[in-house]
Amino acid sequence: MSAAPTPTHGRIPTLDDYVAVVGQAEIDALRALAGGLAGRRVKMVNSTSVGGGVAEILNRQVPLTQELGLPTRWEVITGGSEFFAITKAFHNALHGVEFEPQPHWFELFLATNEENRRRMEFHEEFVVIHDPQPIALVQAREQAGGHWIWRCHIDLSHPNKQVWDFLRPFVERFDASIFSSPGFTHSLPIPQYLFFPTIDPLADKNRFLEPEFVQSVVERFSIDPKRPIVTQVSRFDRLKDPVGVIRAYRMVRRHMDCQLVLAGGGATDDPEGQAVLQDVKEAAGNDPDVHVLDLPPWSHLEVNALQRASTIVLQKSLREGFGLTVSEALWKKRPVIASAVGGIPSQVIHKLTGMLVHSIEGTAAQIRFLLANPDFARKLGENGYEHVKENFLITHKLRRYLLLFRILEQGS
Amino acid sequence: MREAKEPFQFVTASYLIRIRPEQSRTLGDMAAHLRSCSENSILYHTYQSLETHHYSVFSSDFAQWVMAACNEHELAERLAAVDLRDFVSLEDVRAALIERVEGHLQEHPESAERKAFEAFHFCEATEVTVPLPAQARNLAELVEGIRHMSLHTLHYHFINARLRLRLQTTDFSYWLDTSLAWPELAARVNSIEFAPLTLEQVREKLIEILEPFQDQ
Repeated sequence: MSAAPTPTHGRIPTLDDYVAVVGQAEIDALRALAGGLAGRRVKMVNSTSVGGGVAEILNRQVPLTQELGLPTRWEVITGGSEFFAITKAFHNALHGVEFEPQPHWFELFLATNEENRRRMEFHEEFVVIHDPQPIALVQAREQAGGHWIWRCHIDLSHPNKQVWDFLRPFVERFDASIFSSPGFTHSLPIPQYLFFPTIDPLADKNRFLEPEFVQSVVERFSIDPKRPIVTQVSRFDRLKDPVGVIRAYRMVRRHMDCQLVLAGGGATDDPEGQAVLQDVKEAAGNDPDVHVLDLPPWSHLEVNALQRASTIVLQKSLREGFGLTVSEALWKKRPVIASAVGGIPSQVIHKLTGMLVHSIEGTAAQIRFLLANPDFARKLGENGYEHVKENFLITHKLRRYLLLFRILEQGS
Repeated sequence: MREAKEPFQFVTASYLIRIRPEQSRTLGDMAAHLRSCSENSILYHTYQSLETHHYSVFSSDFAQWVMAACNEHELAERLAAVDLRDFVSLEDVRAALIERVEGHLQEHPESAERKAFEAFHFCEATEVTVPLPAQARNLAELVEGIRHMSLHTLHYHFINARLRLRLQTTDFSYWLDTSLAWPELAARVNSIEFAPLTLEQVREKLIEILEPFQDQ
């Protein structure tokens, strides 16, 4: 197997490494903005250090924020398996899925947050709490001071009322909130800002790979590189509809040749993953052209290679926060077919940077269309790359945080 | 080489997007919200959207929504035709938009309550500028600065400038005219048709116009 190139020679990329991707002016702008915030401390808090988009983002964002002169700590709350089962149920309920709570769930949620609050210290000028799991930590703000920001990565447009009524009083205690799409918000008495989630173009998951390495990965998983490959990369989660993807693939296979790759893994805060994986394997049956790959969380190069090797990348989610796998695929100039849910329409502009779909049948029809029209598919991928370069890279996120910190500080 | 009376000060400009509570689900809603929304919302959905609409049919968010979500192509074209170069005040842009939407609803009253495919979410942009160490004291230094500035900064100096200066000009043209005493070059820069161009194309046009004169 050939080795993947390492443009940063194995070290964590620094700001100067991004000049080749976004230009010197963007990096100069970041440094100019950070100049007025030198020494301000930042704390990021979420619920998992591995797996899932938030952990991936923080993994890259924290060192770059440090480099800009803002000492930044990333802390992960702890909790038992029941706490994470509850937060998963909250997560699904906020996406509008049916919710049947046990009587003790809300108390256990608060008790776990309280245990974490006692364990943590909050001396920072800016505290960013990610998603609902650690939201009750905001009760520390009266004693701790600082500016508190709630970063909501999920779609709150149709939340379960019981869960939202429970969480809302905590949200209202923050100085500001951040959402991934204007359509995700609710009327709140605190300012709501729009931050598109972003990818890191220099991370193993997105950086350039030599074609020989890509081919070696594909062959390792017994995928035929000479035949069309249709891929969905996402954790095994019912809201990503992996079984629906298999049904769409079967509709396509009645008329056209292709292989299907469902590549994913689990996050430590997602207890449903194994059950969904089992359902997916059953739906795949013994079809040798359906490749269900349960990858460990460190498989970034493999995911990168699979996306690059794909003829088409799917994201057929039923609900979605933002769906960063879409930006990952667009960055690799892949034609994308994705559901018009959550933040996906911000990334996929229909017929311009990808194809939006609303059903299994529509997904199958668009797969057939793009397989039959490779020139159009290639143009979608090229447009998609430019779209990501202008909107969804980590340097854009750094800039937005610096702006928000400056605005909050000026406001106080 | 001509030296400027006052140097051109480059800045880095950035915009933080705030989501506003107004949501239009019909054209009737849109007409009402256009009257009540903040000036910064008008700015964001017209001038700022010039930065981001490389792939959509119209550069105005309002026009794009009216076409894609309301399927009202005639009104969309009229809204897209609001030429931002004609305005130096956001209130005047607002009035022009309202005139077109309300005029359309008078002609087609049935359109007012028809539900859009998706809601229009009003946002607004908060601008933060930080002066950069770089200044231009002559045309060559201005060209070099334009060549390397970020697209946000180019947008600030070239497009949003007319609102800040309240003149139908750009920061570059204003400086060329007032500090470098070069009104004919200022006029050529000001004549660049920016609406159908990407900002990268605007940058290329600027350099194409200015570079031949940089040694004079």
